[in-house]
Amino acid sequence: MLKYWHVLNIGLQNTLVYRVNFLFRAVFGLIPLMATLSLWRTIYAGNTSNDIAGYTLAGMTSYYLLVTLVDMLTAVAEDDWQIAADIREGTLNQFLLKPIDYLTYRLCLFGAGRLTYTAVALIPVSIFILAQRQYLVGPPDAATFGVFVISLLLTALLQFFLSYTMALLSFWILEVSTLIFIMFAFEYIAGGHLFPLDILPPTLSQILHLTPFPYQLFFPVGVYLGRIAGEEMWRGLFIQATWVAILYGVARFVWSRGIKKYTAFGG
Amino acid sequence: MNERRQNSSSEQRPVSATGGTEAVSAWGIELRRYLSIYGMLWRNSVVREMGFKVNFILWIVVELLWFALQLAFMAVIYQHTSSIGTWTQWEVVMLQSTSHLIQHLFTAFFLNNMTQLSELIRTGKLDFMLLLPVNTRFLVSFRQVDLGGFVNAAAAVAVMIYAGNRLELHPTAAQIVSFGLLTLCSILVHYSLMLILASTSFWTVRAQGIVWGYYNLFNIARMPDAAFRGFFKVFFSFVLPILLVANVPTKVVLQKLNSPTEMLILVLLGFVCFGASEAVWRFSVKRYTSASS
Repeated sequence: MLKYWHVLNIGLQNTLVYRVNFLFRAVFGLIPLMATLSLWRTIYAGNTSNDIAGYTLAGMTSYYLLVTLVDMLTAVAEDDWQIAADIREGTLNQFLLKPIDYLTYRLCLFGAGRLTYTAVALIPVSIFILAQRQYLVGPPDAATFGVFVISLLLTALLQFFLSYTMALLSFWILEVSTLIFIMFAFEYIAGGHLFPLDILPPTLSQILHLTPFPYQLFFPVGVYLGRIAGEEMWRGLFIQATWVAILYGVARFVWSRGIKKYTAFGG
Repeated sequence: MNERRQNSSSEQRPVSATGGTEAVSAWGIELRRYLSIYGMLWRNSVVREMGFKVNFILWIVVELLWFALQLAFMAVIYQHTSSIGTWTQWEVVMLQSTSHLIQHLFTAFFLNNMTQLSELIRTGKLDFMLLLPVNTRFLVSFRQVDLGGFVNAAAAVAVMIYAGNRLELHPTAAQIVSFGLLTLCSILVHYSLMLILASTSFWTVRAQGIVWGYYNLFNIARMPDAAFRGFFKVFFSFVLPILLVANVPTKVVLQKLNSPTEMLILVLLGFVCFGASEAVWRFSVKRYTSASS
């Protein structure tokens, strides 16, 4: 266990080198958010009632602020590219020779990356949220907040296992970046990045909930806002945990198949 | 390597007419020379792209998917409202596809070249380009053509025609011509802004964060101008002038322009941005200290 603690430590030091890069990312990332919020404000201004599919303007703004927070804490940034590069360029060799589990190793680096990114992004993001604080609603009660934190953790795992598996496709295909982008597009719309999923027609929303994507973002946000509560919340949490277990299994399976195909390019 | 040899071979031709009498024809020869160089660069790009056919097609799929995504977002919004400011649903579709058209023409001609500038500087490959008897800015800007961009631009035009039908538009020839010219101005604005951003890599070695940020700016370019008010409207119209680039050409086709002022502003912006980028470029190249030995 101690060795993974060291990995985490090294990961932290490595990512700290890119803190300025992270800062740029965080700041530029707020630009589309500002645009979306501005867009919704205009829509609400033109509407006679302050209610769109159960969201008030404050609720809608809250939604996007929460999305930004969850994204900051859990989104996979560079990890998938690095894993793909490890396989493509043969850097993976050194890990195969060491008594280290690559998945755990990567998970530690992912955790370290998120910690650093959050530390850096917290500055611009909290300034932005403070500027909008009249719109930010708190969670309904402490228990909900607890569930939110648990589902946040599961969200991070879900995001990681999915990206990890996608990156492992490099064992078979030389260039996986297009596949990763296609996946990202699905996550973007079906995860609730663009708009809250419950403003969709109910059938469409139900179909999307059959995929893991809503549990990557929409679910924790919905819990925090109190839009997913009671029995529905517990069921959601169970489904989310199940998806984590399934994707963990898939990741292990793909690895075990892929490693047999691995040609250790570069020697 | 190939590229370089071809460039220098085309350089063998007489560069300027002797004596000042034939200034005009010297200009013509110069233009022909640059066109033939550009022709060579095109051929190289086609050959390079065809080397990775599957990847080429997959990238087109990725971009089409994102385009569909943006349209879907607007479709969802219009489920719940009948207008954004003064913009109706099909008008917004027109705007989104115009924005997509501009973005992908820009991608086809410039984007790769701009993002690679920092790499040219970091590795010192810019040395070779400075030594060639061709305008360096020309070479840096036009080195590669991204053919996938044209496919996506065509998709955008198809959606525009469909939206035009839904809106029962019958644009006049004058409207179409001014749409085309304004689109060129918009591409000029994008290109100039991007060159300014990419030029920062003469100072910071890794400018990728900044270049990446430009993608986010495209997200604003495709929003209807009515979505912004007050400070943001001024900021994105003039400080980071990307709000007008898609909005003005679209409004010409939709006959939403009340006065020609906005058209004039966009044309002016095109020239101002281009001038600024030329100044920044010249200033930056002076600072260039080669990375190689």
